[in-house]
Amino acid sequence: MANLKDHLGRPVVAVTGIGVVTSLGIGKADNWAALTSGKSGIHPITRFPIDHLNTQMAGTVDFLESSSKGAAALTYELAESAAREAIEEAGFSEDDFGGPLFLASPPVELDWHDRLALFEAADEETSYNRVLSAARRLNSPEVFESTQFGSIADRLAEKLGTTGLPITLSTACASGATAIQLGVEAIRRGECDRALSIGADGSATAEALIRFSLLSALSTNSGPPSKASKPFSKDRDGFVLAEGSAALVLESLESALARGAEVLGILRGCGEKSDDFHRTRSKPDGSPAIGAVKAALADAGLSEDEIGYVNAHGTSTPENDKMEYLSLSTVFGERIKSIPVSSNKSMIGHTLSAAGAIEAAFSLMTMREGVIPPTINYDNPDPAIDLDVVPNVKRVAQVNTVLSNSFGFGGQNTCLVMAREPV
Amino acid sequence: MAPRDVVITGIGLVSSLGEGNDAHWEKLTAETPESTVDSERFPPYSVHPLPEIDWSLQIPKRGDQRQMETWQRLGTYAAGLALDDAGLKGDEALCSTMDLVVAAGGGERDGNVDMAILEASTQRKDFDVLLNEKLTTELRPTLFLAQLSNLLAGNISIVHKVTGSSRTFMGEEGAGVSAVETAAARIRSGQSTHMLVGGAFQTDHPDMLLTYELNGYLLRGPWQPVWQRQKSEGGGVVTGSGGAFLVLESREHAEQRGRKIYASIGPVASGRARRSRGELPSALSGLLEKVAPPAGPVLAISGASGAHAATEAEKKLLDANAALATRAFSSRTGHLKEAQFPFAIALAALAIDRGAAYPAFDAGNEKPFTGKPQAALATAVGYHQFEGMALVTAPA
Repeated sequence: MANLKDHLGRPVVAVTGIGVVTSLGIGKADNWAALTSGKSGIHPITRFPIDHLNTQMAGTVDFLESSSKGAAALTYELAESAAREAIEEAGFSEDDFGGPLFLASPPVELDWHDRLALFEAADEETSYNRVLSAARRLNSPEVFESTQFGSIADRLAEKLGTTGLPITLSTACASGATAIQLGVEAIRRGECDRALSIGADGSATAEALIRFSLLSALSTNSGPPSKASKPFSKDRDGFVLAEGSAALVLESLESALARGAEVLGILRGCGEKSDDFHRTRSKPDGSPAIGAVKAALADAGLSEDEIGYVNAHGTSTPENDKMEYLSLSTVFGERIKSIPVSSNKSMIGHTLSAAGAIEAAFSLMTMREGVIPPTINYDNPDPAIDLDVVPNVKRVAQVNTVLSNSFGFGGQNTCLVMAREPV
Repeated sequence: MAPRDVVITGIGLVSSLGEGNDAHWEKLTAETPESTVDSERFPPYSVHPLPEIDWSLQIPKRGDQRQMETWQRLGTYAAGLALDDAGLKGDEALCSTMDLVVAAGGGERDGNVDMAILEASTQRKDFDVLLNEKLTTELRPTLFLAQLSNLLAGNISIVHKVTGSSRTFMGEEGAGVSAVETAAARIRSGQSTHMLVGGAFQTDHPDMLLTYELNGYLLRGPWQPVWQRQKSEGGGVVTGSGGAFLVLESREHAEQRGRKIYASIGPVASGRARRSRGELPSALSGLLEKVAPPAGPVLAISGASGAHAATEAEKKLLDANAALATRAFSSRTGHLKEAQFPFAIALAALAIDRGAAYPAFDAGNEKPFTGKPQAALATAVGYHQFEGMALVTAPA
């Protein structure tokens, strides 16, 4: 009989449902097949013109109904699609989930095409107030809701029957992990038996791409798009903007076992430490990321020796991969050379607000399937990063515990520790 | 009393009324209040703009100030006031283990660039190409971060060295409700011992008005107090700029370091009423039952926005409870969006600490309250969605 309480006397948190959408496809099965065959979802951008842009590829999700309808609509559809898969797998009602919702999603803004339509609808003055005066005559609930930060979660709550006030959060590129952390904490506090944590990001607009370009964060690789994201390679030159979503049904182990649900994995621990050094760069000694990894291990009640695989943040930016290596080698010492560390982003790109959730989902599948997805495009290793990155080809391996890292702008560092089985 | 009671040991306030607890107390208890409404800047709308602020008092480095648009500066400033007030500013050990929750919006775009693009569009047929051309050349590279939602928290970490954990909630008033509710729950359960929680809103930007006016929520024409806007032109909301941050601690943590306690936070209740089905009135009654104000006169610090449906439902509920003496502070500060709920809690705590109630902000609609408030209700009913209440009580 498994322990229902963890090393600190808190309820053990199980995962009983997983849903995923990325540029590789809809659903776990398609994603897993592509991921383990080393397939890239990165492709030339077709959603908007690429004139004047230095970066012309992305991992956009172009095959959903909302793919051309703006960031708010696409983010909603991504979230709902992943949530439905997870809830169905967990065996809960499709419209009466009965637990709280934690949604990681990008900050919303009025779509440029809506802004243009407003401008064109009013002509009495040549100032910004022209847009404002048109706004009150527009009478479009859809456009209004696309500018409300809480609306995507509100619609999800309505459709899926989650309880209470849904929380929408942003911790930049760590958001997906934070959504899971909030769910874990709520179950540990005994506020609920189950929670729905979602990370969703459909915000790959021209302006988003340009903003990251102006910060020199994106790859400008002009070769084949599928080769652009190359974490831990010597010639890595930035991340590839991407979209996607993942949802986890989190549930107290006690509740999962009581109703005979299949336990897909255990959320053992979460750790966080923020960085006060710079808005986009990490403290040179890596101490905040190191602190986050250590906090996650401590929360999980595991020692460094007990981690079997690291699902890296691995963005393919010069800065991140260097700092992530520094952090991992500091925490794990010499043993880091023998721990497989791979980056899903080599294939799906950087899904921003969704990344932490998608990578947690893939981490859980890695343990269940006994297969580690590779880091593709690893043709030119960075000699300064001495890691076993599971180069280019998947590896069959029994993995019992995973550390998944998420680091974001604004000094956000969140790490999750997951296990295959309860103890 | 329990060691993990949630107590307030620091308050940081900024609004059109001024900055700091004393300024707010004085302005809000003045016999003849002075109006801070500006009806000239965005006609036909009124706003409560920021007072002049010397940012360097809380953000000493000019370089840091330049990396933020006004909203982030405002929040970072208010957070600094709260840390000062709690005696935590510069306390490296306690700040480095302090947990941060920020209720944030964002989107302070460069209006000049946007306007130039829109105007250029009248001469062009290829809008999407025009966008690429203009945005790649005219956007200030650092603007993205200077207006990004989670970078208010990021700047609080950088400027004030608050680095335990950092989470940003989004979603208008509801974000502020969830921020306080989650922070209190973490302290009560032992997941945290001391937290900085709050939000800010900067209304002096056309896009900030736009997000309300896309659904016709703003009051047009002459300014009136919150409770008197039901029949006025427009949607009833008058916005304001401001911020409110609270330092929350477990009672044990605050007592161990010998800090003054303003008040305790009792039950916090939140909800997502299905308003289109007419469930808001019953949902609000349910929230009031959950926070369970004690018998006898209770001050109710209402975050009512003026939005017609939400404000009417809240007014009916509060009026039906004879023991509640309501004060809708948006009549004085304007609607502070994400900061609304933290601001309500702060004003409730101030009244309890100072042992007096605020005089009615709208004498025709708000009852007098005499004596020392022992408990105060704080509310934030979203202009569009989400609602929350909390009970703030004397420290005991």
